[in-house]
Amino acid sequence: MWDWEYVEYILPRLLEVIPTALAAALAGFALACLLGLPIALARRSRSKWIAIPMTAVTEFIRSTPLLIQLFVLVFVFPLSFGLTLSPFVAGVIGLGVHYSTYLSEVYRSGIEAVPKGQWEASVALNFGKVHTWTRIVLPQSIPPTVPVMGNYLITMFKETPTLSAITVAELLMTAKILGSASFKYVEAFTLVGVIFFLLSYPSALLVRMLERWMQRSERSTTIR
Amino acid sequence: MSLNIRKKSSEKALVSYRKITKSFGDRTVLKELDLDIYPGEKIALIGPSGSGKTTIARLLMTLEKPTSGTIEVGGEMLWHMPHKGKLAPANEKHLHRVRSKIGMVFQHFNLFPHMTILRNVTEALVHVLKMSKSEADERAMRMLERVGLQEHTKHYPSQLSGGQKQRVAIARALVMQPSVMLFDEVTSALDPELVGEVLDVIKGIASQGDMAMILITHEMDFARDVADRVLFTDGGIIVEEGTPEQIFENPRSPRLQTFLSRFLHGNSDGKMASRVAAGEEQ
Repeated sequence: MWDWEYVEYILPRLLEVIPTALAAALAGFALACLLGLPIALARRSRSKWIAIPMTAVTEFIRSTPLLIQLFVLVFVFPLSFGLTLSPFVAGVIGLGVHYSTYLSEVYRSGIEAVPKGQWEASVALNFGKVHTWTRIVLPQSIPPTVPVMGNYLITMFKETPTLSAITVAELLMTAKILGSASFKYVEAFTLVGVIFFLLSYPSALLVRMLERWMQRSERSTTIR
Repeated sequence: MSLNIRKKSSEKALVSYRKITKSFGDRTVLKELDLDIYPGEKIALIGPSGSGKTTIARLLMTLEKPTSGTIEVGGEMLWHMPHKGKLAPANEKHLHRVRSKIGMVFQHFNLFPHMTILRNVTEALVHVLKMSKSEADERAMRMLERVGLQEHTKHYPSQLSGGQKQRVAIARALVMQPSVMLFDEVTSALDPELVGEVLDVIKGIASQGDMAMILITHEMDFARDVADRVLFTDGGIIVEEGTPEQIFENPRSPRLQTFLSRFLHGNSDGKMASRVAAGEEQ
């Protein structure tokens, strides 16, 4: 049933592609973080001409499957716009854009958690809009979102097998190729599962520790 | 009205509210309010909650927009600006300029929690008045000394008591040298034992400065000590105004009499009761 020798043979080949999966997740996450903030700001805009189209676009992206978006990037873009992307770059863009719509909601909740009094004090001190955002509101709204952001990074890492559909050689794709060559799928897919678990679970624990540490440090400074 | 007030009306007002109405939906909180505040004048606004006194301050600080009417500050419209010979709604640039004459201290301090005490005070000096950092630090230090907090400059707001926080907030507003300063129930959120230190700081500022002050307060003794003129608001209008003596010792309108009597019963030490009684005997 279970062939340890075969495990020994494929394990190095699977470990070899971990960096690809991690890189796709990290680059996609960085892109999502970068896009998420302007999306959150645009959706809050007082101008209807900015807020409504941005809301429509983000809700559309969020409500359609990532896989379809990846196919559009890889198959439609080259034909319609003459833009050919490597599978990895397309994967990063797809992941990043898709998850930016989720991260924009995280930013939004962070921004809304800043008390009204902070805005009012900024008016009373005659700060301009840009200063109020960059020095008062965002520095207070982003730190509390860090644990939630961390969880999204883990989610995105677990989403990387979707990229196998556009031929990014990540873990699942590699396991499938190895398995199909020997018909020993059990070992290949089990190992992929174990690798994901060993990377995701400790990361999740780390995020939880970070969250608790942040709560504690907040409490210890308020009571004195 | 009193001699004091008649004398002042010959001067040019620093702030003039004209027919100011403010509604939130169906609820009208201010009804055609007219109010002049003179340079250096200390005004206390008293009245029941929801009587519109906080809105008077918030309109001047540009935190709320009047539904109708005009406010002038130092001879300039606050919410309007001249545009092609007519009055147009003020733009952000205009608001920014006129607002520089106004400062405000809030009930809940609203200090910036991610900045040290010193930076809370220097932030606007550096970024609004474009002062150099060393000059701003120096001015902020002097101001923090004045409110007795020079030892806490490196601390964060969460490390201070409520009374200390409010003194920082006062220093932060004062350091901008506004012509008129608004104090919106600045002791209402404080533990009773911390009220005194904040009121003492405000009294100190009032006695030295030529800055006009609007004090919205439930501390009647304080209003009486500091104010040149006391206004009693109820139901969105100024029901009665006068010197502290007139308001606290000879309240004329039944509404003010009822309001003050509620405070007398609330005051366990009976200080106010004795004062009112003494006033009536004179």
